[in-house]
Amino acid sequence: MFQIECPYCGKRELTEYSYGGEANLIRPTPVEAEESQAWAGYLFSRTNKRGLHLERWFHVFGCRKWFNVARNTITNEFVDIYLPGEKPQVDEQAKK
Amino acid sequence: MTHHFSAASLLRNAFSGHKNWSQQFRSVEPESKYQAVIVGGGGHGLSAAYHLAREFGITNVAVIEKGWIGGGNTGRNTAMVRSNYLQQDSVKLYDASIKMWESMSQKLNYNVMFSQRGLLHLAHSVSDMQEIGRRAHAINMFGADAELLSPGQVREWLPDINLNCRFPVMGALLQRRGAIARHDAMAWGYARCATELGVDIIQNCEVTGFEINNGQVRSVHTTRGRIETDTVGLAVSGHSTHLADMAGFRLPIETVPLQALVTEPLKPVLKSAVISASIHAYVSQSDKGELVIGGGTDPYVAYSNQGGFDEIETMMTAIKELFPNYSRLRIMRQWAGMVDLTPDRSPIISKTPVRNMYIDGGWGTGGFKTSPIGGLLMAEMMAKDTVPDLAAPFALSRFNTGVLVDEGAASSVAH
Ligand SMILES: Cc1cc2nc3c(=O)[nH]c(=O)nc-3n(C[C@H](O)[C@H](O)[C@H](O)COP(=O)(O)OP(=O)(O)OC[C@H]3O[C@@H](n4cnc5c(N)ncnc54)[C@H](O)[C@@H]3O)c2cc1C
Ligand SMILES: [Zn+2]
Repeated sequence: MFQIECPYCGKRELTEYSYGGEANLIRPTPVEAEESQAWAGYLFSRTNKRGLHLERWFHVFGCRKWFNVARNTITNEFVDIYLPGEKPQVDEQAKK
Repeated sequence: MTHHFSAASLLRNAFSGHKNWSQQFRSVEPESKYQAVIVGGGGHGLSAAYHLAREFGITNVAVIEKGWIGGGNTGRNTAMVRSNYLQQDSVKLYDASIKMWESMSQKLNYNVMFSQRGLLHLAHSVSDMQEIGRRAHAINMFGADAELLSPGQVREWLPDINLNCRFPVMGALLQRRGAIARHDAMAWGYARCATELGVDIIQNCEVTGFEINNGQVRSVHTTRGRIETDTVGLAVSGHSTHLADMAGFRLPIETVPLQALVTEPLKPVLKSAVISASIHAYVSQSDKGELVIGGGTDPYVAYSNQGGFDEIETMMTAIKELFPNYSRLRIMRQWAGMVDLTPDRSPIISKTPVRNMYIDGGWGTGGFKTSPIGGLLMAEMMAKDTVPDLAAPFALSRFNTGVLVDEGAASSVAH
Protein backbone atom coordinates (compact mmCIF):
# COMPACT_ATOMS: atom_id res chain seq x y z
CA MET A 1 0.00 0.00 0.00
CA PHE A 2 1.19 3.50 -0.64
CA GLN A 3 0.44 6.97 0.62
CA ILE A 4 -0.77 9.85 -1.50
CA GLU A 5 -0.10 13.51 -0.89
CA CYS A 6 -3.43 15.31 -1.16
CA PRO A 7 -2.70 18.88 -2.33
CA TYR A 8 -5.12 20.14 0.33
CA CYS A 9 -4.55 17.80 3.31
CA GLY A 10 -1.07 16.32 2.90
CA LYS A 11 0.07 12.73 3.00
CA ARG A 12 -2.59 10.12 3.78
CA GLU A 13 -3.09 6.38 3.35
CA LEU A 14 -4.30 5.07 0.02
CA THR A 15 -7.50 3.78 1.65
CA GLU A 16 -8.69 7.38 2.15
CA TYR A 17 -8.81 7.91 -1.60
CA SER A 18 -10.73 6.61 -4.53
CA TYR A 19 -9.30 6.29 -8.01
CA GLY A 20 -10.94 8.33 -10.73
CA GLY A 21 -9.33 6.80 -13.80
CA GLU A 22 -7.41 8.35 -16.65
CA ALA A 23 -7.25 12.17 -16.69
CA ASN A 24 -7.83 14.52 -19.61
CA LEU A 25 -10.54 12.52 -21.33
CA ILE A 26 -12.43 15.03 -23.41
CA ARG A 27 -16.15 14.44 -23.76
CA PRO A 28 -17.24 14.74 -27.38
CA THR A 29 -19.86 17.37 -28.21
CA PRO A 30 -23.32 15.97 -29.03
CA VAL A 31 -22.53 16.45 -32.71
CA GLU A 32 -19.20 14.65 -32.51
CA ALA A 33 -20.81 11.95 -30.38
CA GLU A 34 -23.15 11.05 -33.18
CA GLU A 35 -20.22 9.34 -34.71
CA SER A 36 -20.07 6.17 -32.65
CA GLN A 37 -16.26 5.99 -32.80
CA ALA A 38 -15.84 9.28 -30.98
CA TRP A 39 -18.34 8.39 -28.29
CA ALA A 40 -16.96 4.85 -27.88
CA GLY A 41 -13.45 6.23 -27.66
CA TYR A 42 -14.47 8.60 -24.88
CA LEU A 43 -16.34 5.89 -22.97
CA PHE A 44 -14.04 2.93 -23.37
CA SER A 45 -10.69 3.57 -25.00
CA ARG A 46 -7.85 4.10 -22.52
CA THR A 47 -4.10 4.64 -22.84
CA ASN A 48 -3.56 2.08 -20.04
CA LYS A 49 -0.04 3.42 -19.90
CA ARG A 50 2.88 1.29 -18.82
CA GLY A 51 5.02 4.10 -17.39
CA LEU A 52 3.91 7.64 -16.62
CA HIS A 53 0.12 7.79 -16.36
CA LEU A 54 -1.96 10.94 -15.86
CA GLU A 55 -4.95 10.17 -13.66
CA ARG A 56 -7.52 11.59 -11.25
CA TRP A 57 -7.90 10.81 -7.57
CA PHE A 58 -10.64 11.77 -5.13
CA HIS A 59 -9.93 12.30 -1.42
CA VAL A 60 -13.17 10.60 -0.49
CA PHE A 61 -12.54 10.12 3.25
CA GLY A 62 -10.81 13.49 3.61
CA CYS A 63 -11.52 16.85 2.06
CA ARG A 64 -13.65 15.27 -0.70
CA LYS A 65 -11.81 17.17 -3.41
CA TRP A 66 -10.52 15.94 -6.75
CA PHE A 67 -6.96 16.37 -7.95
CA ASN A 68 -4.65 15.05 -10.64
CA VAL A 69 -1.64 12.84 -10.39
CA ALA A 70 1.18 11.72 -12.67
CA ARG A 71 2.13 8.23 -11.50
CA ASN A 72 4.58 5.70 -12.79
CA THR A 73 2.43 2.58 -13.18
CA ILE A 74 5.42 0.25 -12.95
CA THR A 75 6.89 1.58 -9.69
CA ASN A 76 3.78 3.33 -8.28
CA GLU A 77 5.94 6.43 -7.78
CA PHE A 78 3.96 9.69 -7.72
CA VAL A 79 5.94 11.92 -10.02
CA ASP A 80 3.67 14.95 -9.86
CA ILE A 81 0.48 16.00 -8.11
CA TYR A 82 -1.44 18.96 -9.49
CA LEU A 83 -4.79 20.69 -9.30
CA PRO A 84 -7.60 20.44 -11.86
CA GLY A 85 -6.96 22.98 -14.60
CA GLU A 86 -3.21 22.93 -14.00
CA LYS A 87 -0.74 21.24 -16.28
CA PRO A 88 1.56 18.53 -14.93
CA GLN A 89 5.24 19.37 -14.95
CA VAL A 90 5.91 16.05 -16.64
CA ASP A 91 3.42 16.51 -19.45
CA GLU A 92 5.92 16.24 -22.30
CA GLN A 93 7.50 13.14 -20.84
CA ALA A 94 4.10 11.51 -20.34
CA LYS A 95 3.16 12.01 -23.94
CA LYS A 96 6.03 9.86 -25.15
CA MET B 1 9.32 -38.74 -28.98
CA THR B 2 7.79 -38.06 -25.60
CA HIS B 3 6.63 -40.77 -23.24
CA HIS B 4 3.03 -41.87 -23.08
CA PHE B 5 2.05 -41.44 -19.43
CA SER B 6 0.28 -44.44 -17.89
CA ALA B 7 0.35 -46.57 -14.75
CA ALA B 8 2.61 -48.99 -16.61
CA SER B 9 5.09 -46.26 -17.62
CA LEU B 10 5.12 -44.98 -14.05
CA LEU B 11 5.94 -48.47 -12.80
CA ARG B 12 8.60 -49.03 -15.47
CA ASN B 13 10.28 -45.75 -14.63
CA ALA B 14 10.15 -46.52 -10.93
CA PHE B 15 12.57 -49.40 -11.57
CA SER B 16 15.10 -47.01 -13.09
CA GLY B 17 14.72 -44.49 -10.25
CA HIS B 18 12.72 -42.08 -12.43
CA LYS B 19 15.93 -41.02 -14.18
CA ASN B 20 14.88 -41.81 -17.72
CA TRP B 21 11.80 -39.64 -18.25
CA SER B 22 12.18 -37.63 -21.43
CA GLN B 23 11.83 -33.85 -21.53
CA GLN B 24 8.19 -32.76 -21.47
CA PHE B 25 8.40 -30.31 -24.35
CA ARG B 26 10.99 -28.93 -26.73
CA SER B 27 12.22 -25.38 -26.31
CA VAL B 28 13.98 -24.17 -29.46
CA GLU B 29 15.62 -21.29 -31.30
CA PRO B 30 13.26 -19.37 -33.61
CA GLU B 31 13.26 -20.04 -37.36
CA SER B 32 13.12 -17.03 -39.68
CA LYS B 33 9.62 -17.82 -40.98
CA TYR B 34 6.43 -19.45 -39.68
CA GLN B 35 2.98 -19.83 -41.11
CA ALA B 36 1.53 -18.61 -37.81
CA VAL B 37 2.98 -16.86 -34.78
CA ILE B 38 1.29 -16.76 -31.39
CA VAL B 39 2.48 -14.10 -28.96
CA GLY B 40 2.26 -15.23 -25.33
CA GLY B 41 2.95 -18.66 -23.89
CA GLY B 42 0.20 -18.72 -21.29
CA GLY B 43 -2.75 -21.10 -21.28
CA HIS B 44 -4.53 -19.25 -24.09
CA GLY B 45 -1.50 -19.06 -26.40
CA LEU B 46 -0.52 -22.69 -25.83
CA SER B 47 -4.10 -23.89 -26.25
CA ALA B 48 -4.32 -21.91 -29.51
CA ALA B 49 -1.09 -23.49 -30.77
CA TYR B 50 -2.25 -26.99 -29.83
CA HIS B 51 -5.63 -26.51 -31.49
CA LEU B 52 -4.11 -24.95 -34.62
CA ALA B 53 -2.02 -28.09 -35.05
CA ARG B 54 -4.59 -30.58 -33.83
CA GLU B 55 -7.89 -29.33 -35.23
CA PHE B 56 -6.77 -27.27 -38.23
CA GLY B 57 -3.64 -29.07 -39.39
CA ILE B 58 -1.42 -25.98 -39.17
CA THR B 59 1.78 -27.17 -37.53
CA ASN B 60 4.29 -24.58 -38.74
CA VAL B 61 3.55 -22.47 -35.68
CA ALA B 62 5.70 -20.60 -33.16
CA VAL B 63 4.65 -19.60 -29.67
CA ILE B 64 6.78 -16.62 -28.61
CA GLU B 65 7.06 -16.15 -24.86
CA LYS B 66 9.11 -13.40 -23.25
CA GLY B 67 9.66 -15.33 -20.02
CA TRP B 68 8.84 -18.97 -19.44
CA ILE B 69 5.60 -20.66 -20.44
CA GLY B 70 2.87 -20.37 -17.85
CA GLY B 71 4.83 -17.69 -15.99
CA GLY B 72 2.21 -15.00 -16.55
CA ASN B 73 -1.29 -15.11 -15.11
CA THR B 74 -1.56 -18.77 -16.02
CA GLY B 75 0.85 -19.55 -13.17
CA ARG B 76 -0.62 -16.96 -10.81
CA ASN B 77 -4.32 -17.64 -10.73
CA THR B 78 -6.46 -19.49 -8.22
CA ALA B 79 -7.55 -22.08 -10.76
CA MET B 80 -11.29 -21.72 -10.40
CA VAL B 81 -13.34 -23.17 -13.27
CA ARG B 82 -17.05 -22.31 -13.51
CA SER B 83 -19.76 -21.17 -15.92
CA ASN B 84 -22.19 -19.45 -13.56
CA TYR B 85 -22.29 -16.18 -15.49
CA LEU B 86 -25.41 -14.19 -16.33
CA GLN B 87 -25.66 -13.61 -20.07
CA GLN B 88 -26.54 -16.31 -22.58
CA ASP B 89 -23.46 -15.66 -24.71
CA SER B 90 -21.15 -15.98 -21.72
CA VAL B 91 -22.79 -19.04 -20.18
CA LYS B 92 -22.46 -20.81 -23.53
CA LEU B 93 -18.83 -19.78 -23.90
CA TYR B 94 -17.77 -20.66 -20.36
CA ASP B 95 -19.73 -23.90 -20.32
CA ALA B 96 -18.12 -24.99 -23.59
CA SER B 97 -14.82 -24.52 -21.80
CA ILE B 98 -15.89 -26.64 -18.80
CA LYS B 99 -16.77 -29.40 -21.25
CA MET B 100 -13.27 -29.22 -22.71
CA TRP B 101 -11.83 -29.43 -19.19
CA GLU B 102 -13.89 -32.53 -18.46
CA SER B 103 -11.97 -34.53 -21.07
CA MET B 104 -8.66 -32.65 -21.03
CA SER B 105 -6.55 -35.08 -18.98
CA GLN B 106 -7.48 -37.95 -21.31
CA LYS B 107 -7.07 -35.95 -24.51
CA LEU B 108 -3.67 -34.54 -23.54
CA ASN B 109 -2.53 -37.71 -21.75
CA TYR B 110 -1.58 -35.34 -18.95
CA ASN B 111 -3.11 -35.15 -15.50
CA VAL B 112 -4.38 -31.60 -15.10
CA MET B 113 -5.94 -32.55 -11.75
CA PHE B 114 -9.34 -31.24 -12.81
CA SER B 115 -11.59 -31.72 -9.81
CA GLN B 116 -15.30 -30.89 -9.98
CA ARG B 117 -15.81 -30.40 -6.29
CA GLY B 118 -18.43 -27.69 -6.69
CA LEU B 119 -18.47 -23.97 -6.22
CA LEU B 120 -20.60 -22.08 -3.76
CA HIS B 121 -21.41 -18.42 -4.29
CA LEU B 122 -22.76 -16.90 -1.05
CA ALA B 123 -25.51 -14.31 -0.72
CA HIS B 124 -25.55 -11.89 2.24
CA SER B 125 -28.45 -9.54 1.56
CA VAL B 126 -31.86 -9.37 -0.07
CA SER B 127 -30.37 -7.91 -3.22
CA ASP B 128 -27.71 -10.65 -3.26
CA MET B 129 -30.52 -13.21 -3.04
CA GLN B 130 -32.28 -11.56 -5.98
CA GLU B 131 -29.04 -11.49 -7.96
CA ILE B 132 -28.26 -15.19 -7.43
CA GLY B 133 -31.91 -16.12 -8.03
CA ARG B 134 -31.93 -14.34 -11.34
CA ARG B 135 -28.57 -15.81 -12.27
CA ALA B 136 -29.57 -19.38 -11.34
CA HIS B 137 -32.63 -19.17 -13.58
CA ALA B 138 -30.58 -17.70 -16.42
CA ILE B 139 -27.91 -20.38 -16.11
CA ASN B 140 -30.48 -23.20 -16.07
CA MET B 141 -32.23 -21.71 -19.06
CA PHE B 142 -28.98 -21.60 -21.02
CA GLY B 143 -28.24 -25.24 -20.32
CA ALA B 144 -25.65 -25.14 -17.56
CA ASP B 145 -26.14 -26.24 -13.95
CA ALA B 146 -26.95 -24.09 -10.94
CA GLU B 147 -28.93 -24.64 -7.74
CA LEU B 148 -30.10 -22.35 -4.96
CA LEU B 149 -29.31 -23.42 -1.40
CA SER B 150 -30.96 -22.29 1.84
CA PRO B 151 -28.77 -21.36 4.82
CA GLY B 152 -29.47 -24.82 6.27
CA GLN B 153 -28.24 -26.48 3.10
CA VAL B 154 -25.17 -24.25 3.12
CA ARG B 155 -24.45 -25.39 6.67
CA GLU B 156 -24.84 -29.02 5.58
CA TRP B 157 -22.45 -28.44 2.68
CA LEU B 158 -19.91 -26.57 4.83
CA PRO B 159 -20.15 -27.53 8.51
CA ASP B 160 -17.40 -25.05 9.46
CA ILE B 161 -19.04 -21.93 8.06
CA ASN B 162 -20.15 -19.12 10.33
CA LEU B 163 -23.57 -18.28 8.91
CA ASN B 164 -24.18 -15.52 11.41
CA CYS B 165 -21.25 -13.35 10.49
CA ARG B 166 -21.52 -9.58 10.28
CA PHE B 167 -23.46 -9.87 7.02
CA PRO B 168 -25.27 -13.18 7.65
CA VAL B 169 -25.33 -15.81 4.93
CA MET B 170 -28.87 -15.86 3.54
CA GLY B 171 -28.40 -18.46 0.84
CA ALA B 172 -26.08 -19.55 -1.92
CA LEU B 173 -25.76 -20.41 -5.58
CA LEU B 174 -24.19 -23.82 -6.05
CA GLN B 175 -22.63 -24.99 -9.28
CA ARG B 176 -21.75 -28.66 -8.80
CA ARG B 177 -19.71 -28.83 -12.01
CA GLY B 178 -17.58 -25.92 -10.75
CA ALA B 179 -14.01 -27.06 -10.33
CA ILE B 180 -10.41 -26.36 -9.55
CA ALA B 181 -7.48 -27.65 -11.58
CA ARG B 182 -3.69 -27.59 -11.62
CA HIS B 183 -2.81 -24.48 -13.62
CA ASP B 184 0.82 -25.35 -14.50
CA ALA B 185 -0.22 -28.81 -15.61
CA MET B 186 -2.61 -27.33 -18.14
CA ALA B 187 0.14 -25.16 -19.63
CA TRP B 188 2.65 -28.03 -19.69
CA GLY B 189 0.09 -30.47 -21.08
CA TYR B 190 -0.79 -28.17 -23.99
CA ALA B 191 2.89 -27.37 -24.57
CA ARG B 192 3.84 -31.03 -24.61
CA CYS B 193 1.12 -32.04 -27.06
CA ALA B 194 1.69 -28.98 -29.27
CA THR B 195 5.43 -29.61 -29.61
CA GLU B 196 4.71 -33.25 -30.36
CA LEU B 197 2.59 -32.05 -33.29
CA GLY B 198 5.43 -29.84 -34.56
CA VAL B 199 4.82 -26.47 -32.87
CA ASP B 200 7.93 -24.53 -31.79
CA ILE B 201 7.88 -23.06 -28.30
CA ILE B 202 10.34 -20.20 -27.99
CA GLN B 203 10.95 -18.97 -24.46
CA ASN B 204 12.96 -15.95 -23.27
CA CYS B 205 12.05 -14.15 -26.46
CA GLU B 206 10.12 -10.89 -26.31
CA VAL B 207 8.07 -9.45 -29.16
CA THR B 208 9.19 -5.84 -29.62
CA GLY B 209 7.27 -4.76 -32.72
CA PHE B 210 5.42 -5.68 -35.88
CA GLU B 211 6.15 -4.88 -39.50
CA ILE B 212 2.79 -3.93 -40.98
CA ASN B 213 2.22 -3.22 -44.68
CA ASN B 214 -1.14 -2.30 -46.21
CA GLY B 215 -2.90 -3.17 -42.99
CA GLN B 216 -1.36 -6.62 -42.84
CA VAL B 217 1.39 -8.02 -40.59
CA ARG B 218 4.43 -9.22 -42.55
CA SER B 219 6.78 -9.99 -39.72
CA VAL B 220 7.23 -9.98 -35.98
CA HIS B 221 10.26 -8.35 -34.39
CA THR B 222 11.65 -10.12 -31.38
CA THR B 223 14.67 -9.90 -29.11
CA ARG B 224 15.93 -12.95 -30.98
CA GLY B 225 15.46 -11.69 -34.50
CA ARG B 226 12.82 -11.04 -37.10
CA ILE B 227 10.22 -13.69 -37.90
CA GLU B 228 8.22 -13.57 -41.11
CA THR B 229 4.66 -14.79 -40.85
CA ASP B 230 1.20 -14.78 -42.45
CA THR B 231 -0.87 -14.80 -39.28
CA VAL B 232 -0.44 -13.48 -35.75
CA GLY B 233 -2.46 -14.31 -32.64
CA LEU B 234 -2.14 -12.22 -29.48
CA ALA B 235 -2.68 -13.89 -26.10
CA VAL B 236 -0.75 -11.71 -23.67
CA SER B 237 -3.38 -10.82 -21.02
CA GLY B 238 -2.15 -7.81 -18.99
CA HIS B 239 0.20 -6.77 -21.80
CA SER B 240 -2.53 -6.55 -24.46
CA THR B 241 -2.45 -2.74 -24.61
CA HIS B 242 1.32 -2.77 -25.08
CA LEU B 243 1.12 -5.19 -28.02
CA ALA B 244 -1.83 -3.33 -29.56
CA ASP B 245 0.21 -0.10 -29.32
CA MET B 246 2.94 -1.84 -31.32
CA ALA B 247 0.39 -2.84 -33.94
CA GLY B 248 -1.19 0.62 -33.98
CA PHE B 249 -4.67 0.10 -32.55
CA ARG B 250 -6.42 0.98 -29.30
CA LEU B 251 -8.09 -1.45 -26.90
CA PRO B 252 -10.74 -0.80 -24.25
CA ILE B 253 -8.57 -2.41 -21.60
CA GLU B 254 -7.18 -1.35 -18.24
CA THR B 255 -4.49 -3.42 -16.54
CA VAL B 256 -4.80 -3.76 -12.77
CA PRO B 257 -3.12 -5.96 -10.15
CA LEU B 258 -4.97 -8.95 -8.73
CA GLN B 259 -3.47 -10.90 -5.88
CA ALA B 260 -3.89 -14.17 -4.05
CA LEU B 261 -2.21 -16.07 -1.25
CA VAL B 262 -1.95 -19.54 0.25
CA THR B 263 -1.86 -20.78 3.82
CA GLU B 264 0.19 -23.59 5.24
CA PRO B 265 -1.10 -27.01 4.11
CA LEU B 266 -3.85 -28.72 6.13
CA LYS B 267 -5.71 -32.01 6.07
CA PRO B 268 -8.89 -31.73 3.96
CA VAL B 269 -11.11 -29.13 5.66
CA LEU B 270 -12.93 -27.45 2.82
CA LYS B 271 -15.11 -29.47 0.50
CA SER B 272 -15.62 -27.03 -2.37
CA ALA B 273 -14.65 -23.58 -3.52
CA VAL B 274 -16.52 -20.79 -1.72
CA ILE B 275 -16.99 -17.27 -3.03
CA SER B 276 -18.48 -14.21 -1.47
CA ALA B 277 -18.71 -11.27 -3.82
CA SER B 278 -20.36 -9.09 -1.20
CA ILE B 279 -17.78 -9.38 1.52
CA HIS B 280 -14.99 -9.73 -1.03
CA ALA B 281 -13.14 -13.00 -0.70
CA TYR B 282 -13.01 -16.53 -1.96
CA VAL B 283 -11.28 -19.69 -0.84
CA SER B 284 -10.62 -23.24 -2.00
CA GLN B 285 -8.33 -26.01 -0.81
CA SER B 286 -5.67 -27.29 -3.18
CA ASP B 287 -4.81 -30.97 -3.41
CA LYS B 288 -1.61 -30.13 -1.55
CA GLY B 289 -3.79 -28.99 1.35
CA GLU B 290 -3.11 -25.27 1.19
CA LEU B 291 -6.07 -22.92 1.41
CA VAL B 292 -5.95 -20.73 -1.67
CA ILE B 293 -7.43 -17.32 -0.88
CA GLY B 294 -8.17 -14.40 -3.16
CA GLY B 295 -10.24 -11.24 -3.41
CA GLY B 296 -10.77 -8.24 -5.64
CA THR B 297 -8.40 -6.24 -7.80
CA ASP B 298 -6.67 -3.03 -6.90
CA PRO B 299 -8.66 -0.15 -8.35
CA TYR B 300 -5.88 1.60 -10.30
CA VAL B 301 -3.88 0.86 -13.44
CA ALA B 302 -0.57 -0.74 -12.53
CA TYR B 303 2.08 -2.98 -14.02
CA SER B 304 3.90 -3.40 -10.73
CA ASN B 305 3.15 -7.10 -10.24
CA GLN B 306 2.31 -6.14 -6.68
CA GLY B 307 -1.04 -5.63 -5.04
CA GLY B 308 -2.07 -3.24 -2.30
CA PHE B 309 -1.91 -4.45 1.29
CA ASP B 310 -5.39 -3.09 1.96
CA GLU B 311 -6.83 -5.64 -0.49
CA ILE B 312 -5.24 -8.46 1.54
CA GLU B 313 -6.65 -7.01 4.72
CA THR B 314 -10.15 -6.90 3.19
CA MET B 315 -10.07 -10.48 1.98
CA MET B 316 -8.55 -11.89 5.16
CA THR B 317 -11.17 -10.10 7.27
CA ALA B 318 -13.88 -11.69 5.16
CA ILE B 319 -12.37 -15.18 5.34
CA LYS B 320 -12.00 -14.96 9.10
CA GLU B 321 -15.62 -13.86 9.40
CA LEU B 322 -16.80 -16.83 7.35
CA PHE B 323 -14.41 -19.42 8.78
CA PRO B 324 -13.28 -18.33 12.25
CA ASN B 325 -11.37 -21.58 12.69
CA TYR B 326 -8.90 -20.54 9.97
CA SER B 327 -7.86 -17.49 11.95
CA ARG B 328 -4.56 -18.82 13.23
CA LEU B 329 -3.29 -20.30 9.97
CA ARG B 330 -0.01 -18.97 8.70
CA ILE B 331 0.28 -17.45 5.26
CA MET B 332 3.01 -19.06 3.18
CA ARG B 333 3.09 -17.06 -0.03
CA GLN B 334 1.40 -14.05 -1.56
CA TRP B 335 1.68 -12.80 -5.15
CA ALA B 336 -0.03 -10.72 -7.81
CA GLY B 337 -0.68 -10.82 -11.53
CA MET B 338 -1.62 -8.06 -13.93
CA VAL B 339 -5.07 -8.61 -15.34
CA ASP B 340 -6.62 -7.03 -18.42
CA LEU B 341 -10.05 -5.65 -17.53
CA THR B 342 -12.59 -4.67 -20.17
CA PRO B 343 -15.46 -2.26 -19.44
CA ASP B 344 -18.09 -5.04 -19.56
CA ARG B 345 -15.83 -7.64 -17.88
CA SER B 346 -16.17 -9.93 -20.89
CA PRO B 347 -13.29 -11.05 -23.08
CA ILE B 348 -12.21 -9.86 -26.52
CA ILE B 349 -12.00 -12.81 -28.92
CA SER B 350 -11.77 -10.98 -32.15
CA LYS B 351 -10.27 -9.89 -35.40
CA THR B 352 -8.35 -6.63 -35.07
CA PRO B 353 -7.89 -3.58 -37.31
CA VAL B 354 -4.77 -5.35 -38.64
CA ARG B 355 -6.13 -7.82 -41.18
CA ASN B 356 -4.20 -10.97 -40.28
CA MET B 357 -3.89 -10.32 -36.55
CA TYR B 358 -6.29 -11.80 -33.99
CA ILE B 359 -6.69 -11.34 -30.27
CA ASP B 360 -7.76 -13.61 -27.43
CA GLY B 361 -7.55 -11.31 -24.43
CA GLY B 362 -9.38 -9.05 -22.04
CA TRP B 363 -10.15 -12.04 -19.84
CA GLY B 364 -9.43 -9.93 -16.80
CA THR B 365 -9.72 -11.82 -13.57
CA GLY B 366 -11.32 -14.93 -15.03
CA GLY B 367 -9.55 -16.40 -18.03
CA PHE B 368 -7.83 -19.43 -16.60
CA LYS B 369 -10.99 -21.50 -16.95
CA THR B 370 -11.36 -20.49 -20.56
CA SER B 371 -7.84 -21.25 -21.77
CA PRO B 372 -9.19 -24.30 -23.66
CA ILE B 373 -12.06 -22.52 -25.44
CA GLY B 374 -10.27 -19.18 -25.93
CA GLY B 375 -7.34 -20.92 -27.60
CA LEU B 376 -9.63 -23.07 -29.74
CA LEU B 377 -11.60 -20.05 -30.97
CA MET B 378 -8.48 -18.04 -31.77
CA ALA B 379 -7.03 -21.05 -33.59
CA GLU B 380 -10.16 -21.21 -35.74
CA MET B 381 -9.96 -17.50 -36.54
CA MET B 382 -6.27 -17.82 -37.42
CA ALA B 383 -6.81 -20.89 -39.57
CA LYS B 384 -9.93 -19.80 -41.46
CA ASP B 385 -10.11 -16.03 -41.02
CA THR B 386 -13.76 -16.45 -40.01
CA VAL B 387 -15.31 -15.71 -36.64
CA PRO B 388 -16.85 -18.76 -34.92
CA ASP B 389 -20.40 -18.31 -33.54
CA LEU B 390 -19.29 -18.64 -29.93
CA ALA B 391 -16.77 -15.81 -30.41
CA ALA B 392 -18.96 -13.41 -32.40
CA PRO B 393 -20.55 -11.62 -29.40
CA PHE B 394 -17.07 -10.91 -28.03
CA ALA B 395 -15.80 -8.90 -31.00
CA LEU B 396 -13.91 -5.68 -30.51
CA SER B 397 -16.63 -3.90 -32.48
CA ARG B 398 -19.12 -4.30 -29.60
CA PHE B 399 -17.57 -1.24 -27.95
CA ASN B 400 -18.68 0.83 -30.94
CA THR B 401 -22.12 -0.70 -31.38
CA GLY B 402 -22.81 -0.69 -27.65
CA VAL B 403 -23.90 -4.35 -27.62
CA LEU B 404 -21.91 -5.16 -24.50
CA VAL B 405 -21.91 -8.49 -22.65
CA ASP B 406 -22.20 -7.19 -19.10
CA GLU B 407 -20.71 -9.60 -16.58
CA GLY B 408 -19.83 -7.07 -13.89
CA ALA B 409 -21.83 -8.86 -11.19
CA ALA B 410 -20.65 -12.37 -12.04
CA SER B 411 -16.98 -11.50 -12.09
CA SER B 412 -16.26 -8.87 -9.45
CA VAL B 413 -14.66 -11.10 -6.84
CA ALA B 414 -15.54 -14.46 -8.31
CA HIS B 415 -12.82 -15.24 -10.83
C1 LIG C 1 -4.39 -13.74 -8.55
C2 LIG C 1 -5.19 -14.19 -9.74
C3 LIG C 1 -6.25 -15.07 -9.58
C4 LIG C 1 -6.98 -15.52 -10.67
N1 LIG C 1 -7.95 -16.45 -10.47
C5 LIG C 1 -8.58 -17.00 -11.52
C6 LIG C 1 -9.51 -18.07 -11.32
O1 LIG C 1 -9.72 -18.54 -10.19
N2 LIG C 1 -10.15 -18.58 -12.41
C7 LIG C 1 -9.94 -18.09 -13.66
O2 LIG C 1 -10.56 -18.58 -14.60
N3 LIG C 1 -9.05 -17.07 -13.89
C8 LIG C 1 -8.37 -16.52 -12.85
N4 LIG C 1 -7.46 -15.51 -13.05
C9 LIG C 1 -7.29 -14.95 -14.41
C10 LIG C 1 -6.38 -15.84 -15.26
O3 LIG C 1 -5.19 -16.09 -14.58
C11 LIG C 1 -6.07 -15.19 -16.60
O4 LIG C 1 -7.22 -14.65 -17.20
C12 LIG C 1 -5.48 -16.20 -17.57
O5 LIG C 1 -4.48 -16.97 -16.94
C13 LIG C 1 -4.92 -15.51 -18.79
O6 LIG C 1 -4.24 -16.45 -19.58
P1 LIG C 1 -3.40 -15.98 -20.80
O7 LIG C 1 -2.79 -17.16 -21.41
O8 LIG C 1 -4.23 -15.11 -21.67
O9 LIG C 1 -2.31 -14.99 -20.18
P2 LIG C 1 -0.93 -15.26 -19.40
O10 LIG C 1 -0.92 -16.55 -18.70
O11 LIG C 1 -0.65 -14.03 -18.61
O12 LIG C 1 0.08 -15.39 -20.59
C14 LIG C 1 0.50 -14.29 -21.37
C15 LIG C 1 1.96 -14.46 -21.66
O13 LIG C 1 2.36 -13.47 -22.60
C16 LIG C 1 3.70 -13.16 -22.34
N5 LIG C 1 4.03 -11.89 -22.99
C17 LIG C 1 3.59 -10.65 -22.66
N6 LIG C 1 4.13 -9.72 -23.46
C18 LIG C 1 4.93 -10.39 -24.33
C19 LIG C 1 5.76 -9.97 -25.41
N7 LIG C 1 5.89 -8.69 -25.75
N8 LIG C 1 6.45 -10.93 -26.09
C20 LIG C 1 6.32 -12.25 -25.76
N9 LIG C 1 5.55 -12.69 -24.74
C21 LIG C 1 4.86 -11.76 -24.04
C22 LIG C 1 3.78 -13.12 -20.84
O14 LIG C 1 5.09 -13.31 -20.38
C23 LIG C 1 2.84 -14.26 -20.43
O15 LIG C 1 3.51 -15.47 -20.15
C24 LIG C 1 -6.69 -15.03 -11.97
C25 LIG C 1 -5.64 -14.13 -12.15
C26 LIG C 1 -4.88 -13.73 -11.06
C27 LIG C 1 -3.73 -12.77 -11.29
ZN1 LIG D 1 -7.67 16.08 0.93
